[in-house]
Amino acid sequence: MTARTVVLVLLAAVSLQGQVTFNRILNADREPHNWLSYSRTLDNQRFSPLTQITSANVKNLQLQWVWQSRSLEKFEATSLVVDGVLYTVQQPNDVVALDAVTGRVYWTLTYQPAPEARSCCGRVNRGLAISGDTLFMGTLDAHLLAIDARSGQVIWNTTVADTKARYVITHSPLVVRDKVIIGTAGGDGPIRGLIAAFDIKTGKELWRWYTIPAPGEPGNETWAGDSWMIGGVGVWNAGAYDPETNLAFWGTGNPSPGMDGRTRRGDNLYSDSVVALDVDTGKLKWHYQFTPHDEMDYDSTQVPLLADITFRGKPRKVMLWANRNGLMYVLDRVTGEFLFGKPYVKVNWMDGFDEKGRPKRVPGMVPGPEPKLIQPHIHGASNWAPPAFSPRTGLFYVSHWENSGSYVGQGRFARPAGVNTRQTGMGQVNLLPFFNNENETFGVVRAYDPNTLEPTWEYRMTDITWGGVLATAGDLVFSGGREGYFFALDARTGALLWKASVGGQVNAGPMSYAVGGRQFVSIAAGSALFTYALP
Amino acid sequence: MRTALAALLSVAAGLIVTSGLVSAQHENVDIEDGGRAFRSACANCHGTAGDQIAGIDLGRGRFRRVYSDPELVGIIRNGIPNTPMAATGVTEQQAVNIVGYLRSLAGSTRGPAVVGDSTRGRSIYDGKGACATCHRVNGVGSRVGPDLSAIGQNRQSAELEQSLVDPGAEVLATNRFYRVVTKEGVAVMGRLLNHDTFTVQILDSKEQLRSFVKADMREHGFVGTPMPSYFGTLDPQERADVVSYLMSLKGGSR
Repeated sequence: MTARTVVLVLLAAVSLQGQVTFNRILNADREPHNWLSYSRTLDNQRFSPLTQITSANVKNLQLQWVWQSRSLEKFEATSLVVDGVLYTVQQPNDVVALDAVTGRVYWTLTYQPAPEARSCCGRVNRGLAISGDTLFMGTLDAHLLAIDARSGQVIWNTTVADTKARYVITHSPLVVRDKVIIGTAGGDGPIRGLIAAFDIKTGKELWRWYTIPAPGEPGNETWAGDSWMIGGVGVWNAGAYDPETNLAFWGTGNPSPGMDGRTRRGDNLYSDSVVALDVDTGKLKWHYQFTPHDEMDYDSTQVPLLADITFRGKPRKVMLWANRNGLMYVLDRVTGEFLFGKPYVKVNWMDGFDEKGRPKRVPGMVPGPEPKLIQPHIHGASNWAPPAFSPRTGLFYVSHWENSGSYVGQGRFARPAGVNTRQTGMGQVNLLPFFNNENETFGVVRAYDPNTLEPTWEYRMTDITWGGVLATAGDLVFSGGREGYFFALDARTGALLWKASVGGQVNAGPMSYAVGGRQFVSIAAGSALFTYALP
Repeated sequence: MRTALAALLSVAAGLIVTSGLVSAQHENVDIEDGGRAFRSACANCHGTAGDQIAGIDLGRGRFRRVYSDPELVGIIRNGIPNTPMAATGVTEQQAVNIVGYLRSLAGSTRGPAVVGDSTRGRSIYDGKGACATCHRVNGVGSRVGPDLSAIGQNRQSAELEQSLVDPGAEVLATNRFYRVVTKEGVAVMGRLLNHDTFTVQILDSKEQLRSFVKADMREHGFVGTPMPSYFGTLDPQERADVVSYLMSLKGGSR
């Protein structure tokens, strides 16, 4: 053992909890033992460079600890790990700091959202952000909190929007230099969605961008009459950041009312879109709308995934997107140009794209007075569960539904087709009896080639899934589903290599970290956090 | 007003269209097959009860206007131009069977064409029908099939009549049957309680709770309902009696 190695080992053992500068977050690959943002890196690849756990030894994984929350809400958060300390969210908005090795609790911050806070689909939170030694959390009552990472004390508490007007916040904030940026959910109700940036130190608002343009702004003409004022378009999943262009990206939600577009004729910009905002000014640089004039509730709030790939023989800076509407996309993330797209599940509402990447609607396949079977289901194909990308395999890993649909009619609540109605709620904590047969809707993890958007392999579940995906440099893909299994697949073949029965539904994305040179893999399932390592 | 009256009359006329026309022209009307064909070719738009489209209630013989059986066969096969009603692609015989099925449904829902006697129905339930072999009422009978103690609360008589004649027509997801065969060749069948990618849990035919690892099975999968059709074994009066008995079961007596 050289002197340098000794120093490194000692440093790792002591686990000094340093300030998390933005430079550290930007260069997260230099400290693969940490997990500093929702998807580890700001490109949202959810790829861990750790190599201790491999396809050869994953079969030996053992449970190290379980932390049980007191919440009966779905556990959708991805934890952060900073130098041996794990931060997670007890749903909806308590923050907990744990020893990442033992699962023992350092501190708990209890935050009770205002009783007026009403979310459509569960009182949930998907995670935290960190800068310096300050954690940030958006709350169900649409506040943004800055929290001391050492003590759990609130440093500042800013109101982002009025929760009495149906605004809520459920996703992890995005930290870029001196700003913490967050969007508002609630877009199934009559809100006007927004993304806003706040000063990290003070909580002072620096800019605000509405997801629906006001009169006089480009795009307002895509909303009939005053419908823009209450057109929904929430933002409820993590954004991405590209330092080369200083652009941040978010997916946006459906227009409101969701399944009846008669009062909001037009494309309804910027609903069901990806928007690229200049981080310094909050100005829109480009947008791409996945589902113009959506009447099927095809929120496009999937996590934007940025990758540098060879596309059609040329190096391209792209954004990969498996959309709720059943279509998969490759976009140029510098310009927003549509490069390629195609259905990745059964889709019957569109048939091809025009030259600008606008979907061609199938005549008659829009909701009318009588419900029609429209595929995929209103919950997708893919929903909010985070995907992954491995630079080692070049594959885009997505967990999603297949063979789904719903009967959608104007002003009516959609009825599922091919899905046991007990399965269609937005996930649950506990396991439910499951009865579907093999012809009905099922969950898959698939590995897509970004050049063809065809799967190179598929791992099929019996039930549907709300679990996200983690890829690792050990050439593994971790995921889980409603059936209450957490499992590891071979990243190159999809072969099942290991599984654990966790006794509750997996409603989160897995993550991995290391302490003292030992790699851990962690997943929220049911109401608890399960963490595994090699013996 | 005149138009409204005409519409009303046509609806009323539609209601009294009786079965038998199809059978008069086609000797081999397979109502069970018609039910299956209806569910695969028609129910996507019309719904399994045939009432999903406003003003049309196929299960009760209510169409846009009065149609003869051959007209309905033609519509099923060729669609109606300039309307959402598309050609289905079913064969002539299947279309005939669908019409027969719809007419039989309309007949059974039209009202008490045959009035049942619940006391006689109970005797048939316990005796000739041997229903308690699989079903349970107020704690008596098998747990393998659906418990019928409150079936009269949850179902209409037409639905029960349909289940007697065509028991596979509509089976709740919670009442489906599953069969596994172990590597040793032992077959076990029962009502599915739960399953996932790796395991399956059933209540077997001996009312035992059983759990299996799918990978350890030679074969496994859903099977059709083990309930026989009573179309041939009970005559219309007997079926009406059984339905009458079942409709009297409202739960709460335990």
